[in-house]
Amino acid sequence: MATDRASAKLIKGATGDWEVIVGLEVHAQVTSRSKLFSAASTAFGGEPNSHVSLVDAAMPGMLPVINRECVAQAVRTGLGLKAQINRRSTFDRKNYFYPDLPQGYQISQYKSPIVGEGEIQVELTPDQSIKVGIERLHLEQDAGKSLHDQSPTMSFVDLNRSGVALMEIVSKPDMRSADEAKAYVSKLRTLLRYIGSSDGDMEKGNLRADVNVSVRRPGEALGTRCEIKNVNSIRFIGQAIETEARRQIGLIEDGGTVEQETRLFDPTRGETRSLRSKEEAHDYRYFPDPDLLPLELDLAFIDAMAADLPELPDAKRMRFMADYGLSAYDASILVAERETADFFEDSVNQGGAKRDAKAVANWLMGDIAAQANAQGVAVADVGLSAASLARLVDLIGEGVISGKIAKDLLVRLFADDRGADPRALVEAYGLRQVTDTGAIDGAVDAVIAANPDKAEQAKTKPGMLGWFVGQVMKSTGGKANPQAVSDALRKRLSV
Amino acid sequence: MTDLTSLTLAEARDHLKHRAISSVEITRAHLEAIERSGGLNTFVAITADKALQMAEASDARLARKEAGPLEGLPIGVKDLYATEGIHTQACSHILDGFKPGYESTVTANLWRDGAVMLGKLNMDEFAMGSSNETSYYGPVASPWLPPNWSRDRGRAAALSSDKRGLLTPGGSSGGSASAVAAHLCLAATASDTGGSIRQPAAFTGLVGVKPTYGRCSRYGMVAFASSLDQAGPLARTVRDAAIMLRSMAGPDAKDSTCSPAPVPDYEAAVGRSVKGMKIGVPKEYRLEGMSSEIDALWARGAKWLRAAGASVVDVSLPHTPYALPAYYIVAPAEASSNLARYDGVRYGLREPGADITELYEKTRAKGFGTEVRRRLMIGTYVLSAGYYDAYYVRAQKIRTLIKRDFERVFADGVDAILTPATPSAAFGIGEKGSDNPVEMYLNDVFTVTVNMAGLPGLVAPAGLSSDGLPLGLQLIGRPFDEETLFALGETIEQSAGRMTLPEPWWA
Repeated sequence: MATDRASAKLIKGATGDWEVIVGLEVHAQVTSRSKLFSAASTAFGGEPNSHVSLVDAAMPGMLPVINRECVAQAVRTGLGLKAQINRRSTFDRKNYFYPDLPQGYQISQYKSPIVGEGEIQVELTPDQSIKVGIERLHLEQDAGKSLHDQSPTMSFVDLNRSGVALMEIVSKPDMRSADEAKAYVSKLRTLLRYIGSSDGDMEKGNLRADVNVSVRRPGEALGTRCEIKNVNSIRFIGQAIETEARRQIGLIEDGGTVEQETRLFDPTRGETRSLRSKEEAHDYRYFPDPDLLPLELDLAFIDAMAADLPELPDAKRMRFMADYGLSAYDASILVAERETADFFEDSVNQGGAKRDAKAVANWLMGDIAAQANAQGVAVADVGLSAASLARLVDLIGEGVISGKIAKDLLVRLFADDRGADPRALVEAYGLRQVTDTGAIDGAVDAVIAANPDKAEQAKTKPGMLGWFVGQVMKSTGGKANPQAVSDALRKRLSV
Repeated sequence: MTDLTSLTLAEARDHLKHRAISSVEITRAHLEAIERSGGLNTFVAITADKALQMAEASDARLARKEAGPLEGLPIGVKDLYATEGIHTQACSHILDGFKPGYESTVTANLWRDGAVMLGKLNMDEFAMGSSNETSYYGPVASPWLPPNWSRDRGRAAALSSDKRGLLTPGGSSGGSASAVAAHLCLAATASDTGGSIRQPAAFTGLVGVKPTYGRCSRYGMVAFASSLDQAGPLARTVRDAAIMLRSMAGPDAKDSTCSPAPVPDYEAAVGRSVKGMKIGVPKEYRLEGMSSEIDALWARGAKWLRAAGASVVDVSLPHTPYALPAYYIVAPAEASSNLARYDGVRYGLREPGADITELYEKTRAKGFGTEVRRRLMIGTYVLSAGYYDAYYVRAQKIRTLIKRDFERVFADGVDAILTPATPSAAFGIGEKGSDNPVEMYLNDVFTVTVNMAGLPGLVAPAGLSSDGLPLGLQLIGRPFDEETLFALGETIEQSAGRMTLPEPWWA
């Protein structure tokens, strides 16, 4: 399996095959009301400098005090990553000067992180997955934001983000392609959202990644890596890796060597550019922050976090397959967002009944997903309740409406009849399907009579049957039960 | 009741309580004394209006019998403490014009207990110095005249800008020490990172207490070296220091390193018997070339304690010689990071530049004095890649060993350790450190160990040098056992006899 995976991912160079090695440092904003070391709000989108405490602005004599909720979120995430939770961790100062870093240092966990080694299972396809090792997870402060577009002669600083808690999640160099890296980030994002420790909102910059890329000939020792800083979408992560791998391969094949350096990805020009070389690298002068005591966690606290953890995507996927008979593919799509999974289960189990899970899944992944996509919202936010979906599926199951009518009904439910009871709508619009065999037989006879040559053909070409079903449905305004129509046609045409 | 400024804090408290005097009276008397003391250069900001308002409010509370433990007592505040709406610059140019919108926990505790603020006191810039000569606001003169100086000579020197020849009050809490010794305030807040409370106390004949690390909150104190900084009082008697510390100390959720332990009644420990206590005398504090005068003072101190019923034993603190060099790595390292926030971007001095780097460089070059710049460079160097292990990590290891030395001695049943406070009496302004800064650093040789170990230390006046200048003895205690130090300190105070502070030649 490992060799299959490796050979499948190789990049063809001018002089042979190359393997790309990827490791990621993901920075995820911790979901918490207040900042890592201050009581200021973490709300997004406030007026510049409206969520800034004395600590965040680094006023003289101000001291950091750890936010317990951020610690709990880091522990929960660590547990979700099946990682070692370190009972004792410490905070260090990373020193550098920048206007959006008021203290002149970032408080981070350099030596002893709160979470150690772990592992995450990443599905590449419904039946292929890889395991990516987690090196560590640590807590650190975010910086503020420099605004250079407010004045021609001056830069402004917004400290709203200054001091907001981030989790830096460092993977091992276990990924071998851009696709694997993308799958890893989406799986990690799913996991964080399940746990509720980060909303993973990449558009708001709440999840971003530093991407480490190196290349080597298969079987050889690891090559020199370059770090691509601050990539802020899953698509760009993939592009950055491909671009950077190509650059490194080209460089080596032309007789050059890769220098360890920090680079930036420019998506508009589709290239990575050097930001600073190893020699120019900052000397951050890390040392333990003397304002903070070591962070010590008691077992009871960790146990409480573990007991509180929701069902995570891997377990949920397995359960959906076992309990609802879903395929691996359907289950993995449904569990990608916790809210979608909940919507699915709610719909299936509405009113205590256990309805056709596959049907519910198909509606969710089909028309409802398409509608959500069109609205630009999540499936669970599309404006349809689980009860409505359950009723819709019931109406089909009871033979009251056909699938076709259900589709029309959905369109109404997304538009003017938002929030209405589907059953009431069926009555109000007279959409109840015709199951009366007499009426159906009449319609079938009429269509056959109008198309004698086609009826003749259908006797030898059963594929024609579908055309007849369509005609009958049309003539009945879509209200005929398609199964009954099909049965009647088979009988009349003796196929 | 002719001179209200000659009362001790405890005496003034009692008089106020019995309404023999009013807070407004005693506050006004101190403000007048401050007014006449310009030559000493102790105050960098005088808050007369605020003081009188606070005094009036105190008098009203005294009348209603709602007095706090410090009700109506006028005190001074080291410029290191953030005081809301009032000059707070740690005597640095880089905090030019800075008036915080917040109050330090220690000063807030003092106002809660009824104290009256007279103003902000001079200090070495960012508490980096042992003579109060590094202040942006100029040196502070000690109220003690150099040997054989006439009052007139002293007054003339005090009027000169460099005050050359006058004695330093020590540092960094030089303004606090000088002001308390010159009767400009009943007591003052000070701070101690390597000896900044205790060395000035010794130089000016005062009692200074550096409590256990974590006893007082550091919230709102301009940071020098966070793992060493502690607030503490300078006062004229052991009892006064005990009264002050009780109000200053206490738990604070805003400082993670502050102890949650309740504060005992320190004053109750003053006068407590020291009979049966075991006092350690560490041989490593007997320095080569130390003056026989200091040696004799030390021996006298041991004799007094023995006479009071304590036993005195020789102890060893073998890592003492490494304390000073290790301190001058740890403290500058932390300072280099703590002072990074003074960058000209948000508050204080800003020197414009063509770009942000030039703004930083110009602001910090102009805003920091020579000694601060020196320590920031030392600190940056010792934390740099490739040097960190050789300097910072080793210094931290030494720190652990120093701590262990003390733990072992205390585990052997020693209640407190007696040492000299300083290697000499006060020196003259401009006399030390201009060619070799280490000369100045050596002042802290007996005091830095205590900060490195996080222990409480008390300095009490123990006599005069042959030149007639004050000398102090230091008592080092177990963590959070300040009470033992107050009991022992009072024994020394009683045995040495109350020190007569100088007549106001400067006025």
